[in-house]
Amino acid sequence: MNTAITFTIDGTTCTAETGMYVIGAAQKNGIYIPSLCNMDGVAPRGSCRVCTVRINGKLMAACTTPVSEGMKIENDTEELRDLRSQIIETLFVEGNHFCPSCEKSGNCELQALAYRFKIMVPRYPYRFPVREIDASNPKLIKDHNRCILCKRCVRAIKTKDGKNLFAFKNRGHKLAIIIDPSLASSITDELAERASKVCPVGALIKKETGFAQPIGSRTYDRSPIGSTVELAATSPNAKETAL
Amino acid sequence: MKLSLETIIDQYRADPTRLMDILLDIQSAKGRIGRTAIDLIAKKCKISVVDVEQTVSFYHFFSTEPRGRYTVYLNNSVVAKMMGSEKIARAFEKEAGCTFGSVSSDGLIGLFETSCIGMNDQEPSAIINNVVFPNLTVHSVKKIIEGMRKGKKVSELQTVKPGDGNNGSKLLTTAISNNIRKKGPVIFSEYKQGEVVKALTTLTPQVIIYTMKKSGLRGRGGAGFPVGLKWELCRKSAGDKKYIFCNADEGEPGTFKDRVILTERPQLLFEGMAAAGFAVGSDQGILYLRFEYYYLKEYLEAILDDMRKKKLLGKNIAGRSGFNFTIRIQFGAGAYICGEESALIESAEGKRGEPRDRPPFPVNKGYLGRPTVINNVETLCAAAKILLFGEDWYRSLGTPQSTGTKVLSISGDCLYPGIYEIAWGSTIGEILEMAGAEKVQAVLVGGPSGSFVGPAQFNRKLCYEDLATGGSFIIFNESRDLLKDAVLNFTEFFIEESCGSCAPCRFMTVILKNKLEKLLHGKGVAQDLVDLEKWSSIMQANRCGLGQTAANPIRTTLSNFNHLYTVLIRTNDDFVSEFDLKSAVADSCAVAGRKPMLHGA
Ligand SMILES: Cc1cc2nc3c(=O)[nH]c(=O)nc-3n(C[C@H](O)[C@H](O)[C@H](O)COP(=O)(O)O)c2cc1C
Ligand code: SF4
Ligand code: SF4
Repeated sequence: MNTAITFTIDGTTCTAETGMYVIGAAQKNGIYIPSLCNMDGVAPRGSCRVCTVRINGKLMAACTTPVSEGMKIENDTEELRDLRSQIIETLFVEGNHFCPSCEKSGNCELQALAYRFKIMVPRYPYRFPVREIDASNPKLIKDHNRCILCKRCVRAIKTKDGKNLFAFKNRGHKLAIIIDPSLASSITDELAERASKVCPVGALIKKETGFAQPIGSRTYDRSPIGSTVELAATSPNAKETAL
Repeated sequence: MKLSLETIIDQYRADPTRLMDILLDIQSAKGRIGRTAIDLIAKKCKISVVDVEQTVSFYHFFSTEPRGRYTVYLNNSVVAKMMGSEKIARAFEKEAGCTFGSVSSDGLIGLFETSCIGMNDQEPSAIINNVVFPNLTVHSVKKIIEGMRKGKKVSELQTVKPGDGNNGSKLLTTAISNNIRKKGPVIFSEYKQGEVVKALTTLTPQVIIYTMKKSGLRGRGGAGFPVGLKWELCRKSAGDKKYIFCNADEGEPGTFKDRVILTERPQLLFEGMAAAGFAVGSDQGILYLRFEYYYLKEYLEAILDDMRKKKLLGKNIAGRSGFNFTIRIQFGAGAYICGEESALIESAEGKRGEPRDRPPFPVNKGYLGRPTVINNVETLCAAAKILLFGEDWYRSLGTPQSTGTKVLSISGDCLYPGIYEIAWGSTIGEILEMAGAEKVQAVLVGGPSGSFVGPAQFNRKLCYEDLATGGSFIIFNESRDLLKDAVLNFTEFFIEESCGSCAPCRFMTVILKNKLEKLLHGKGVAQDLVDLEKWSSIMQANRCGLGQTAANPIRTTLSNFNHLYTVLIRTNDDFVSEFDLKSAVADSCAVAGRKPMLHGA
C-alpha cells in the first residue's frame, strides 16, 4: 500500500508516495537531482554517486534511498555542487574523453553534466590511460576509453531467457565491461540499438549507423540536461523527453 | 584423488549460488580455472560465461593461468615490510629463479604478493599451497625452495616446530603461534564445550534478546551495532528461512584476533552461532572464512563433526526438541571487501563481492533474499559467555557505554606483539606499556580505515565514547618514515581492494596516491596539501565503509602529523607540475633515435 508523504528538499515542501526513491520523488516535484548511472525502468545501483544528497545530515545516494516521511533533503547546495563536480571530473581523467570526435557528443550524459556544472577543465591531472577499443562483436563497438563503469548495460540488457550479456571484469581501478562472446552472436539489431541508448556515454556504439543525427540537433543540444524536469515545475504542460 | 570438472560441479548440484565453492575446488584441483572450466560451469549452471568470469576475475586467489605447482603468496603489508619482507622476497626470487608476479620457467614455483594475511605478529610470512609459513628467514626460504625441488609435500616444507596451543594439535600442525599475551574474563577465560547450548534449553528467544540488549554488547567487527537489536530485527522480519553468518573474513590489515579465537575457542563460537540461531529462529549457520585461513579447514570441520555427534549441533540440540542448527563453512578467495557484510553475502551467493545498496538491510533481505544476521567471531563468543554469566557480570566490565572486553591485535614496533584481551577504557599509553613499545611515533588504531594518532593523544581511551576500534593496533617507532612506509602502502591497499563500483572509491584513491607520491618525490607545493584535504573529502559519498574510509591514512596523518607533510613542500614555488616531459617523450625519442632537447634541462 503506498501512502502519501511529505518531505523537504532545500527547504521546499514536497509530496510523494512511499515506495519511490528520492531521485524520482524529487523529479515529481520538479526538482532535478543530477545522476549518471540511474535510469528510469532499470533497477538502481548507486555506483556513480553523482546523485549524492544530504538526508537528515547524512550523505546518501538519491537513486537508491527510498523517500520517507519527514526527510530533510539537501540537494542544491554549494557543498554538493562541488562534490558532484569533483566526481564528474574524476570520470573525465579516469578515461579518455575526446568529445569532438565522439559519436555520442550531444547525446552524452557525462558531457551534458559537465556543461551543467560549467566544468572547463578537470582540476585533477589527466592520466591518459591506454584503453582498448573492441570491435570484435558483430553489432557493437565497445570503447573502453569512454566507459564510465556505470553498470547500466549490465543491469538493463539481458537475453530473452534472462541471461546476462554484459558483466564486470576485475575490480578497483582495473574494472572493465565484458560482453559474453557466446551470447554475442544472438544480439539483434534492436538489442544493439538499445544497448547503445542505455549507455550514457559513447562506450557502446551500434555499428554502421554513425552520426545519423547531426551534431547540433541532439538531445542536449536542444535542451540542457535536467532542464525538462525543472521546466515541468514552472510550466505544467512541458513534457519530459524520453531517454 | 583427482576430481574431474564435472564431478566438482555436480558435487554442488550445478547450483550457481555455490559458484565460490565450485571455483575454489577447481582452482585447488587443477591449479587454475581455465577456459574449459569456465565454459563448462556456465553450461552446467545455466548462466552466461561472463557470469563466471566476473566472479573468477574478482578474487585474488583465483587465476585463469597456472600459478606454479608450489604457489607462494608473500604478505606485502606495512608490518610485513617493517619486519623485513623485502629481504625475504629477494631470497625467494634468487632461490626460485623468477620474479614476483611470475612462475619459474619449469612451472614449479610461482611467486606472488598478497595483502595482510593475519600474521602481523609473526612476519614476514607467506602462504604456500594454502599453508601459512610464519617468521620466514633467508635461511628458511632456502630450505623451503630446496624441499620444493625435491618434490616434498607442502606439509613437509615447514622448517620450524609447530606453534603453541591448538596450533600443535593433530589436525592443525602449523608453525603459527597464538601469542596470547593477556587473557581477559570473556573470550579467553575458562570454558567447557556444550555449556552454552545446555544453558539455552532453559531460555526463550525473547529472554536471550532481552539479555543481549541489557548487556550492552555491540558488534566487534568494527561498526559497533547493538547485538540485541540486530537479533530482534531479524527475529521480527518475516521469512520462511533465516540465516546466521559468522564474519571471519578478518581482512583489516593488522587484525589477527579472529584467527586465534578460531584456533582456541572454536566450540564457543559455534555455540554462540547456535544461540543466535535459537534467538532469531534460524536453523542454518554459515561461517564465512577468509581464504588466508584455509589451513583451519580440516580442524574446524572435525570440531563441527564432533559437536554434531555430541548433539551440540544438528537436530534437537541438547535434547530440546525443535532446537535445530547446523553450520557449514564458506570460504572466500581473497578480497578484503568481502568482510563488509553485504559484500560477504554476495560472495557467499557465488558472486563478486560488491556491497549492496541499503536499504534493504541483511536482517530483512540477506543471504538468498532471506533475513540474515551477520556477526563477528568475537561478538558471537562474547554473546555466548553473556548467556552463561549474565548481563550484570558483563556490564561490570569496561565502561558504561562500552561494556565488556575487547580483543586487540597488537603488532609493529614493540617487544610483545600478539593478542591482548583488555577491558574497554584502557588508554593507548597503557597499552603501549603492556606491549613493551618505546620511542613511539604513531599508533594506527583500527587499521588503515581507522586513525593514526600521535603521542599528544596517547591519553585517549579505547572505547566507543572515544576511540572505537575493531582491534587492529599497529605501532610505529620514531625510526619509521610514516608517509612513505605506511600511508602510501595503505593507500595502495585500498586501491587494490576497492570493488570498483563507486566512482570516487575506484579512482579518487588513485588521484590521491599520485598526489602523495608527488610530495614524496620532492615536487610538492603548499597547494598540494590543500588539494589532498579537499579532494579526499568526496570519499564520504561512497557506498560502503571501504570507500568512505579509504582516505583515512592520508586524512588522519594530515591532521595529526601535519609536520611530516609541511617539511616536504617547496616553499619557493607556487606550482610544480607532476608532468615529466623527459619520461613522456622517452618512448618517441627511442623510436626516432633522437635525444630530447628539453628546455631548461
Ligand atoms: C570494508 C569493510 C571490511 C569489513 N571487514 C570485516 C571483517 O573482516 N570482519 C568483521 O567482522 N567485520 C567486518 N566489517 C564489518 C561488517 O560489515 C559488519 O559490520 C560486521 O561483520 C557485523 O558484525 P558485528 O556487529 O558483530 O561487528 C567490515 C566492514 C567494511 C566496510
Ligand atoms: S559500457 Fe556504457 S553502460 Fe556499460 S558500464 Fe560502460 S558506460 Fe555504463
Ligand atoms: S565504496 Fe568502494 S568498496 Fe565500497 S561499494 Fe563503493 S567501490 Fe565498492
